[in-house]
Amino acid sequence: MQAKSEPALRLARSDTPASAPSGRTTHLTDIDVERNPGTPLDLDIVRGLRVNRSAVERRAATIPTRRTVKKQWQAGWLLRAITLIDLTTLAGDDTPGNVKRLCAKAAHPLRPDLAEALGVADLGLTTGAVCVYHALVPTAVEALAGTGIPVAAVSTGFPAGLSPLEERVREIRASVAAGAREIDIVITRAHVLTGNWQALYDEVRLFRNACGDAHMKAILATGELATLGNVARASMVAMMAGTDFIKTSTGKESVNATLPFSLVMARMIREYFEQTGYAVGYKPAGGIRSAKSALEYLYLMKEELGNRWLRPDLFRFGASALLTDIERQLEHYVTGRYSAAHRHPMV
Amino acid sequence: MTTTVRDAFETMEYGPAPEADRPVREWLEAHESAFGHFINGTWTKPASTFEIMNPATGKRIARVSQGSKEDVDAAVEAARAALEPWQALGGHGRARHLYALARAVQRNARLLAVLESMDNGKSIRETRDIDVPLVARHLYHHAGWAQLMESEFAGHHGAGVVGQIIPWNFPLLMMAWKVAPALAAGCTIVIKPAEFTPLTAIAFGELVASAGLPAGVLNILTGDGETGKLIVEHPDIDKIAFTGSTEVGRIIRKATAGSGKKLSLELGGKSPFVVFEDADLDSVVEGVVDAIWFNQGQVCCAGSRLLVQEGIADRLIAKLRARMETLRLGSPLDKAVDMGAIVAPVQLERIRSLVEKGKEEGAEMWQPSWAVPRDGCFYPPTLFTNVQPSSTIAQIEIFGPVLVTMTFRTPSEAVALANNTPYGLAASVWSESINLALDIAPKIKAGVVWINSTNLFDAAAGFGGYRESGFGREGGREGMWEYLKKDRAAARRTSERPKRTSSRARGSTGAFAAPFIDRTPKLYVGGKQSRPDSGYSLKVTAPDGTTIGEVGEGNRKDIRNAVEAAHAALAGWSRATGHARAQVLYFIAENLAARSDEFAERIRAMTGADGQAEVDAAVSRLFTYGAWADKYDGLVHQVPLRGVALAMNEPIGVMGLACPDDAPLLGLVSLVGPAIATGNTVVVVPSPTAPLAATDFYQVLETSDVPAGVINIVTGARDILVATLADHDDVDAVWYFGTRDGVRAVELASAGNMKRTWATWEPKDWFSRDDGEGREFLREATQVKNIWIPYGE
Repeated sequence: MQAKSEPALRLARSDTPASAPSGRTTHLTDIDVERNPGTPLDLDIVRGLRVNRSAVERRAATIPTRRTVKKQWQAGWLLRAITLIDLTTLAGDDTPGNVKRLCAKAAHPLRPDLAEALGVADLGLTTGAVCVYHALVPTAVEALAGTGIPVAAVSTGFPAGLSPLEERVREIRASVAAGAREIDIVITRAHVLTGNWQALYDEVRLFRNACGDAHMKAILATGELATLGNVARASMVAMMAGTDFIKTSTGKESVNATLPFSLVMARMIREYFEQTGYAVGYKPAGGIRSAKSALEYLYLMKEELGNRWLRPDLFRFGASALLTDIERQLEHYVTGRYSAAHRHPMV
Repeated sequence: MTTTVRDAFETMEYGPAPEADRPVREWLEAHESAFGHFINGTWTKPASTFEIMNPATGKRIARVSQGSKEDVDAAVEAARAALEPWQALGGHGRARHLYALARAVQRNARLLAVLESMDNGKSIRETRDIDVPLVARHLYHHAGWAQLMESEFAGHHGAGVVGQIIPWNFPLLMMAWKVAPALAAGCTIVIKPAEFTPLTAIAFGELVASAGLPAGVLNILTGDGETGKLIVEHPDIDKIAFTGSTEVGRIIRKATAGSGKKLSLELGGKSPFVVFEDADLDSVVEGVVDAIWFNQGQVCCAGSRLLVQEGIADRLIAKLRARMETLRLGSPLDKAVDMGAIVAPVQLERIRSLVEKGKEEGAEMWQPSWAVPRDGCFYPPTLFTNVQPSSTIAQIEIFGPVLVTMTFRTPSEAVALANNTPYGLAASVWSESINLALDIAPKIKAGVVWINSTNLFDAAAGFGGYRESGFGREGGREGMWEYLKKDRAAARRTSERPKRTSSRARGSTGAFAAPFIDRTPKLYVGGKQSRPDSGYSLKVTAPDGTTIGEVGEGNRKDIRNAVEAAHAALAGWSRATGHARAQVLYFIAENLAARSDEFAERIRAMTGADGQAEVDAAVSRLFTYGAWADKYDGLVHQVPLRGVALAMNEPIGVMGLACPDDAPLLGLVSLVGPAIATGNTVVVVPSPTAPLAATDFYQVLETSDVPAGVINIVTGARDILVATLADHDDVDAVWYFGTRDGVRAVELASAGNMKRTWATWEPKDWFSRDDGEGREFLREATQVKNIWIPYGE
């Protein structure tokens, strides 16, 4: 990995500043970062990473106590959170019916009267993406036609990732062919647990090549990696192998997204960015159900990586129930009364 | 222009998030914003008031009363009257009261937090999440010690009426640190909060009153240094506990010298924050934030000297600067700021002038690009690089958000830099190598060492300094001792003093006898016998006035040489294993026993007492400390984190020991034994009335494998020599058993480097195994270092 003396966001449009708010833009993804091409595997860097768990936990614990947003700022931040959601259903009993419902919600995440009251009706806010299994990709692509909302497919033998390698690669290709613009792959946890970084690198590299133009999110399954040091090393190897995003969890592990995991992964993104100039995105997934919890993740991203990582091309929540709670909080902001889930169209 | 939801959506900036101050304003209004003192359970009328300002706004928020002599007298009188019934209430009764106070603090947590923030300028996040919860924690923890007092501190009672003077940086927390152990031990209290920040103490006084604490047990006086002086000098106070500057600590040490008051001092610091190249640097950055930008750096144990291994210095500084850009400074009542206001304009001015001084001296200053509010007392986080140990800002405690950085090449250089300060309060050590971190922690002269963490506090772990950061501990079992006194009557009961025999009982037949071969006792320094620098000798006389020998008259230079010899021996002896030290002590006992007749005769000749009994007791005493040498274990405190706090008993260093007159050999052995058993090296000044036992004793030492310099003996005028020891900046502690004037002289002189003293004119019963040996001596010979070790992979 080659160090650059002056790292700067690699922007597709060089005239757009990275950090400055870009005025009233309705399509935040317009300001694209240049895709991470990856670097050769540098084991000196990987093995030299140090993570002190107690210190990380201490910092993670104070992020929500050091920062808060209130009133119109809170409402604004929650609106932003909506645009960052990969609205997700990953259940064995998914059918075209519930996926269509999900897609409709993704395209209209906020009750029109609330959008009006909040002064953002004209923005046409949507969620960041819809995330489904491969079998439901065609349904979702069709349901979202014309909305601009990308479909993400979980892939590569999700959630355990232990099917034959060639099948996992084929699965990516099939989903891309079916219209998925984002692919959430899972890594082989054994490579991390046995310290086989070369194997991990090769695997992620292979998946990235199979994705082609589709954006790839590498799910590390942090809850199964045993230590924060492993989370850091796996993050770094996945970025060297060219992933566009690193993502915590499948949602199927016993421990999913947490602030300490997120802190470690955000720091690795920063490290990689400082070294290479490439901005890699971050996606916490699993267990983020409340508006309050979502805000905590946004504080963390803003504090550790800056405002640029508060846009959907560099940050996503993997969530479903979260959206309803955000709607309830926004209704409370508008009316001053506490809201109920059943007042909002279900996900 | 009003920010809209849409603006916030697009900019993703933080808006204001103010904590409501109305409950506090209502509380102030209910008191017409004017307060008196809390004396004997009632509030005095506000009188001779001065103004209390909110440093964030510069506006007056209250007026409080200046404590006068009459006020102090009344408070002390009330505390004295309450003392006996408070002690008689017993541990369980006091535990109930402490429990009630803890609950009361929790019920009123937010009011206290907001009030503290308005009074002091620190952020509401800190008062809400750190100060006030720790206040409750201290009260709970010490409710426990009160409950266990009779069993865990058997043979001890509360030290009496205590005067407590606390600082402005953690007003309510320092009050809890002071009040909780004192109440648990059975002391009654006269406390004075800092002049800038008295309001939470007053609010606490209201809680105390409504919680039903008996009148007079806790009295609260407001006022400035004059009121503090009246407390310190009050003759009817038994103990003074002070937290504040080393400068004022020194004044208090002098003012209480010879008064017989117990004293504990928690003073300033310039604590090192040591970062090795294998540390988790991102976590180090957050550690620095918690170390020096916690409470605007107005923390006695702030990690204000960043010591970085040279190879990673540039990277760490770059990370730090980036982090400083994202710190938020502003209204302390905003829930989303990292830093609030500096306590008062005078403090702000001090910080500014020291920063200017740093720049003048060539250090490179860096501050983040964002602007600091113009109104109110604010100062931005500040980082100095290109700092040398000789720079003023590397030496002086700034007590503000100013960090100085220096680099080191090796672990030993890191230790040398860390210890290159008169202070010794705290240290932080960052490395992912357990070997390295646990090797460095004991080598840093500090009362608290945090491994891969910083500014962790808990009631279960002792807090307090080495060197000029003071003495005494607050928190934990070690903190309780500061408020306890031994029951003297109980100790006396077991005493078995030897009967005096006539000095003519033996060896005086009236006939001529051949004289002893003349022996010239010398000084014993660095393992060698040496003649006194003065070239003079002093006569030693028997009780009947006959001369029985002469000893060298040691002077300042002999003391100087002895201290140097003791220092040379310290590194090796303090690191020797307890087992090795035990062997030496047993061997001394063995060789003393072999010559017991000779020593018995010498003692009889000098004092007329039964020398054999004293020699036997001395041999037994040496056995006692041989036994203790590998058994004076530290503690593992249960602090609320995944990890441990190791309370290690460490030697203090070079000790000066001035021996009592009443048992020339046993007294000496009783002091030397615990001192060297725990790893100190000593300079002994024997009793001037009977020094020959000491000079004979060095011949025993010479045959007992005592390493050169561990024990040095300088005979001469004790009270003059010990004053030199007490005055010596490279002597770490002095014990003195002699006259009241001598005690005063020792305590006065000790203020130079704030060395620990154990000086008393009260007689000890050296023959008693309760009074003359044991844990009391071991405690006085050691200082507790708490090493916090969070763990987890």
